[in-house]
Amino acid sequence: MSNVQLFRTGDTPLPDVIILTHKLTREYDMGSELVRALRGVSVQIQRNEYVAVMGPSGSGKSTLMNLIGCLDTPTSGEYWLNGQKVSDLADDELARIRNKEIGFVFQTFNLLPRADALHNVELPLIYAGISAKGRRERAAHALERVGLGNRMDHRPNELSGGQRQRVAIARALVNEPSILLADEPTGNLDSTTSTEIMGVFGELHRQGQTVVMVTHEQDIAAHAERVITLRDGVVATDQARAA
Amino acid sequence: MAFLDAIRLALHTLRTQKLKSGFSLLGVFVGVTSLIGSCSIANGVNRYMTEKFAQTIFGVNTFQLRRQPMFNANVPDSVWRAWRRRPRIRFSDAKAVTEALTVPVITAWQSSDNVSVTYGNKEARDIELTAASERYFEIKNLRIATGRAFTAQENRSGVAVAVLGDAVAKRLFNDRPALGHNVRIGGLPYRVVGVVEHQGSLMGFPLDRFVVVPALSPAQNLVNPPGILDAFFVKARNPTEMRQAMDQAEAVMRSRRHLRPAQDDNFVLDTSEGIQRFWAGINRVLMTVMPGIVIVSLVIGGIVIMNIMLMAVAERTREIGLRKSLGARRTDILRQFLAESTAIAAIGAVLGIGAGVGLTILINALSPLPASVSPASVIAAVIMGATVGILAGVYPATRAARLDPITALRQE
Repeated sequence: MSNVQLFRTGDTPLPDVIILTHKLTREYDMGSELVRALRGVSVQIQRNEYVAVMGPSGSGKSTLMNLIGCLDTPTSGEYWLNGQKVSDLADDELARIRNKEIGFVFQTFNLLPRADALHNVELPLIYAGISAKGRRERAAHALERVGLGNRMDHRPNELSGGQRQRVAIARALVNEPSILLADEPTGNLDSTTSTEIMGVFGELHRQGQTVVMVTHEQDIAAHAERVITLRDGVVATDQARAA
Repeated sequence: MAFLDAIRLALHTLRTQKLKSGFSLLGVFVGVTSLIGSCSIANGVNRYMTEKFAQTIFGVNTFQLRRQPMFNANVPDSVWRAWRRRPRIRFSDAKAVTEALTVPVITAWQSSDNVSVTYGNKEARDIELTAASERYFEIKNLRIATGRAFTAQENRSGVAVAVLGDAVAKRLFNDRPALGHNVRIGGLPYRVVGVVEHQGSLMGFPLDRFVVVPALSPAQNLVNPPGILDAFFVKARNPTEMRQAMDQAEAVMRSRRHLRPAQDDNFVLDTSEGIQRFWAGINRVLMTVMPGIVIVSLVIGGIVIMNIMLMAVAERTREIGLRKSLGARRTDILRQFLAESTAIAAIGAVLGIGAGVGLTILINALSPLPASVSPASVIAAVIMGATVGILAGVYPATRAARLDPITALRQE
């Protein structure tokens, strides 16, 4: 917490700060009542940090995840991602940010069942406008990075749970995003496979990748170097762990 | 996402969801096939009517002097009754016209009615008996297979000789020779001198169930009262001379009937144009009704496609959410689904064109209709197929593009 900038509205984040939220709120109008999922969340995440976001259900961690992932826009407050203020961008610009800056890893993998591993990994590159040849090369490289170089032509139902999640990680990495954003990445895996996947995250982190992971499991969060805990829409604790 | 990628993706989806794609293909397929098929049939009937039918009935460059037109579509009762009140065509009319014509022509008298023809204990019923002069064969292009036609001399003298249609000869004589045998036509004894070549049928009507006898032979009383003709045939060498002959014939007839200039003709000079006009009337009706049927089938096809695309959107909500989270913009999703529906329509249209052409070839081979594919119908089919595909795709694609990625991803 040594190099945290004291951010005020109107400031620009320091170059090393890859994620900065400032008094971020998100309210849902549920007809009869107003649900305040986030009530002013200010966090800063440095380049190459490995952060876990924890909290009980209803604490707002999924909402924060969606905002950080640019899938949603805040009711108020600022969100800076990799030096760009994204909290007030329009739909199509957010799509571009998601494509270039964010690599999603989901709990349920979210692979296209009818496409083989290579094609699944290619998907983000299609929307980035990369040529078919370039796509194949980069997708193959990403699959090799997660140790699936020999499974490229397998469909998801021909792969184990751990392998599927590796495909999803390769897909998240293929556009060389600023952050890898994982939502309960081991929620559908047994403990052995979970450890294996955590190993992949650890290795990527060592290679310089910024990783943000939402989880409710203590032992999974233990792999991160910093844990942010949310409670009732605000940051309850934010502490670095001994590596 | 590049356009090519959208198409590739669409084709991939179609390949992996064959059954569903097949059903929606079917809609456009049926529409396009019916469009091309019906146009081809209409074309064929058209050619059949103008080329074969008109010329078989009337002959080339030929007109007929008659009391009333031979073919008439939807004439009101009053007109019909007025026609029936007109004087009939007489032998003397035919003679006067023949004398007045200055262009070279050949002419024939003709009167017909249905009779029975018997040979021994064999009987052919419902045979068209035609009492005609000798040039009738030439004008009607009836070729003699065996024997001969009757002569001018026989015609003038009213000799009881008969030329049989192929079907009549077969019915009465099987495969034995008919020439020289005596048959009874409506009870009157006639000697067979010739049999006409097999002609087949026209629009389902047999063309071989007839006998032709000299106009002045005894059977003339079976077909018309004395001195009366059904029609007087005049065949010229070319259309111009036919026109001249018609003008001359009209002048003669008007003067014989004592018609004042203000009065209409009380006879007709019927040509194959008459029947072609008659056909054109039917054709017009066909051409207005048919597009309606085709449009209905294409609209149904469009609704089927739209339904299936809506199902696809609902089923693939998660996929859409995923694609959006990976950076797909609204236009990317829109394009993907539009490409899919358009591809379905395009493939349906191509298959439909194939089937339409195949159908045409089949009709050509199996029926007497000279059906042919009209290029305009193919172009229309392609345009309609594409339009249906795009229109049917727009609504589902818009729904897909508007999906919120968070909700979409959460959907089970």
